[in-house]
Parts: sequence; structure tokens; C-alpha cells
Amino acid sequence: MSAAMVELRGVHKSFGSLEVLRGVDLRVDPGEVTVILGPSGSGKSTLLRTVNHLEKVDSGSISVDGELVGYRRIGDRLHELPEREILRQRTKIGFVFQNFNLFPHLTVHQNVTEAPLSAQRRPKAEVNALATRLLERVGLADKARSYPGRLSGGQQQRVAIARALALEPKVILFDEPTSALDPELVGEVLDTVKDLAGSGTTMIVVTHEVGFAREVADTVVFMDEGRIVEQGPPSEVLDAPRHERTRLFLSKVL
Amino acid sequence: MPVEFSGTDGGDTHGAAAKAAKAPPARVRTHRGYGGNRVLLASTSRTATLPAGGAPADRGDTRETRTGEPPPKVITTRHPWRWVAAAGIAVLLAMAASALITNPAWEWEVVGEYLFAPSVLRAVVFTLELTALGIVFGFLLGTVLALMRLSGNPLLNSVAWGYIALFRSVPLILQLLFWYNLALLYPRISFGVPFGPAFFDIGTMDLIGPVTAAALGLALHQAAYAAEIVRAGLLSVDHGQREAAAALGIPRARQLFRIILPQAMRSIVPTAGNEIIGLVKGTSVVYIMALPELFYQVQVIYNRNGRVIALLLVATIWYLVMTSVMSVAQHYIERYYGRGRG
Repeated sequence: MSAAMVELRGVHKSFGSLEVLRGVDLRVDPGEVTVILGPSGSGKSTLLRTVNHLEKVDSGSISVDGELVGYRRIGDRLHELPEREILRQRTKIGFVFQNFNLFPHLTVHQNVTEAPLSAQRRPKAEVNALATRLLERVGLADKARSYPGRLSGGQQQRVAIARALALEPKVILFDEPTSALDPELVGEVLDTVKDLAGSGTTMIVVTHEVGFAREVADTVVFMDEGRIVEQGPPSEVLDAPRHERTRLFLSKVL
Repeated sequence: MPVEFSGTDGGDTHGAAAKAAKAPPARVRTHRGYGGNRVLLASTSRTATLPAGGAPADRGDTRETRTGEPPPKVITTRHPWRWVAAAGIAVLLAMAASALITNPAWEWEVVGEYLFAPSVLRAVVFTLELTALGIVFGFLLGTVLALMRLSGNPLLNSVAWGYIALFRSVPLILQLLFWYNLALLYPRISFGVPFGPAFFDIGTMDLIGPVTAAALGLALHQAAYAAEIVRAGLLSVDHGQREAAAALGIPRARQLFRIILPQAMRSIVPTAGNEIIGLVKGTSVVYIMALPELFYQVQVIYNRNGRVIALLLVATIWYLVMTSVMSVAQHYIERYYGRGRG
């Protein structure tokens, strides 16, 4: 068995008295696409946010590419890393937000080049060329000098994907990338994500698009009430779910 | 079968449309600002057929009326009272101008004589210097205070809160007098290890002269206000922006100066502009320290020659010029920070 790209072990997380994650174990192999489905409030977004330490965990461990995220193990204890170290780790983990969160005062090109320049300190010429290439890849080469506010939601999300790719991360996390989009714009974003999946990028995608999961996922994970109910290839989880909870959810969204 | 259709939104316009439809070609009067309705009324003021698909005929179709009559003209609502009000204001303005020009007591020739007098120009420059010092150091300290207020450290937070409360509560003129008279409280100031040995000390009067005292007083007072302005600006930036910057691994300081502050500037600049203009005029308080800023300088001159009104006018004109230039500058700064927000 080869080393996992992302590995979560016994992850617990509470917001106050509300326990959102109740012991989650998950393993994502290199090049694999994992799609997390589940009803609202099942903890899937929180789970995704713990992977790049946007949320701290209460217990359990998360590692990406063999390195613990956000903590250092000393004996049997995990000590939280200084912020500088966490920021460095995050450059290996791309994150695409539901609301895009592009920087509105920077051009599309600057949005893409900002992190490689300031977080990775790569040479300007190289980063500029990279940004041009990535914007071409998401079909927005002609928008490089526009500000995000001039773009449609679908175009903004594609810029956000290019921005995440610019760090050349080991894994990309998508947090409901199409939920804030008008229905007719969902397709262009999903196509971009599919294209990435085809190129062998390791991805974890939280989404409500069951059709997308069926088409792209290597593994579908169904979560409910802070736990993984079942996981497996789409043909099993989506077409022949073993758990009543999964069947009920699928009957509602399909 | 020909189908008649008419506008259905708005009771008033609906009535007008129905009337127009009965007796084409009617002259339809509409209210300005109802652009959508105007188009609708023009096309509903005569009968039209629905095409086979059932969709309403578009404007191109309705232009050819079946009866061959020209489409009715649209006349917008007239506003006769606006003209009456404008005439009234014009008369009042003329009266004011006449009162300013014809009354010799304004002494316009004296105003002209002193407007560019070297001592007045020097006072204008000094006023601008005091303003610049107050604003630059006020906003630097204010930004630090704002960051302290937003920090998770309760001591930093409450110290900043206390500073803001204190310096906003005491009138500026009192604060200036305290700084001016600091030497009465602490004749000498020493630098060294806190509660330990001093490396050197210096007379307070030598360290804090009247100009320093004035600039210090203005800046420390301004900082309290600037802190709240900057804090409000930082809070106005969407939380997702900081999160996105953090997720991209952008270093902490860079997050603040490249991502958060430039966006905060959009709400900081208009209020800060107010503050700067306020401070230009606020420097006149410094006259109590006998410093030759604009207001003090004109007082000196009119105490000598007795031309009080003319010299107050000189000061007024200069304050107007300074604040007007700043308002224009503010417009361009706002436009710069508003970029990307069509």
C-alpha cells in the first residue's frame, strides 16, 4: 500500500457544545478524487476546513503528504505550530471557497500571482508566465487585466481555481464550489474541475452535485451528523447504498 | 384574432394606457424616471396583434401601426415649481453677491493687500505643516491602536480602549495646554532602563518646544479618532478575504498591507478626509500657544492695523482654498481605492 496523500485519524471538532465532527477517519491516495456528500450540517465543510487548518481540531490528527498539518508531534502530544509554519504548509494545500473570495482590488492576473510571489517567493517572470498559462487553462486568458467584479460568478470561480493551482499544491480542496452560482453557470465550473481531475490532481470536493460525483469521483464519502456513514466507489455508494441514511439522502437530491 | 394588450403595472399609468388605447394617437404624459413604463406606454397606446407564439410583439413590430397613424409622442412631466424655486434662489444669490461687493466695510482692497503677504503665506505653510504632522502621526498611532483594539490580547485591547476614551474626552485646547506646560510637571526627561539607570536626560523645554508640543497634542488627539476610523475600516472588510489570504499561505503582514488595508481604505478615506479637513481648521486652536499659524497671524496683523474684518476674510479665504484642494484630492484617492468596484 502506497503512502496516503491526505490522511485523517479520529478527528473531533466542537463549536461550543455542538459536536460537528465525531471521530472522522479518511484516507485519500495520490491522484485520487474524493467527493464528500451529505446533508447540511453534517460537518462536511468543517471537515474540509480542518485539512488546511482553517479550523483547529479538538483531537485527532491530519496529515498531508506525510506531514502533520498544523501540529508537531512531541511524544504522544501534538503541539500547534507557529503561524508562519502553518502558512507554509497551506501553500501545499489549495482551497477553493464557495464564495470565491477573490481579492476585489486586484486584477485577475494579480489574484493568481499574489501567493506564489509573496508566500513562495518565486521569481516574478516565472510566476507571470505561470499565471498566463493557468488562466488559459481555465479559459480566461482574455480577462487577465479585468477586476473580479467585472466577471460572472462562474468566471470568478474559475479564477479562484487558477489561483489555487498557482501554488502548485499537492492537493486541492473544493468547498461547495458551485453552490453560490446561478444554475446556468454551474456547468463551466464543474467542467474545469473535471479537467483537473483528469490530469491526476489529488482533490477533495464537498458538493451537492450528485451527477458530478458519479462522473468524476474515485471515492464517494457520505457524511451525516459528524460521522462518515459510508464510503466507496460511486457505483456502490450512489447506486447501491448499504445504509438507510444514504438511501434517504439520495432519494431527496436525485 | 387581434388581441389588445396594455401595461398592467401601476394603477396610475395603467389608466393612462387604457385611455390612450381607446383614442389613438394620444399624447401620453409620463413621469420622468419611469423609463421602463415609458416604453411600455408608447407600445400599448394602440392595439397590436400577438404573434403566433403568443409572445407580445416587440417594439419593432408595433412601430408599423395597422391604421397607418404615427406613434404617439411622449411628453415628460413639466416641473413649473422648480423654475419658481430656481428664480427665487437666483435673486437671493444676487443679493448676497451685491451685499459682499458693494459694502465697503468688507474692505476688499485690504484683503487683496494681505492675501499674499509674506507673513500670511508663511502662516499658511505652517498651518499645513501642523496638519500634516497631526494627520501622519495621528493615523500611524491610530492604526497601531486599531490593531491593538482588534487583537486577542486583553491588555493591549483595554489599553487602546482606555487611550481612545481619554483622548476623545478631553478638549483639544486643554490637551495642547498640558503638552505646552509639560515642563511644569516634569522639568527633565531621562532615557534609560525603565525604573533603572538613565543613560542621559534632557530638559523638557529643550525637547518639547512649542512647535513639538502643538504637533504632539494634535497627533495624540487625532490618533484617538483615527483609531476608531481605521478599526471600522478593517471590520468592514469581508471575513472571507482574510480567510482566503490565510488559505493561500500569504504572510501575516502581507495579508494586512496588501489584502485587508487597501480594501479597508474604501471606508477609511471618506471619514479620514473629514478628519483632515477638520484638522486644517482645528490647527487654529494652536493660536493659544502663540504659534504663528494662520489664525494667530491674522490676529497679530489686525491688532496692529485694526482691519479686523478684512483680515478675518484673508484667513477665511485661505482655509477655503486649503480644504477645497483637499476635497479634490480626496475624490481622486477614493477613486483609486474604489478600483475594481465598478
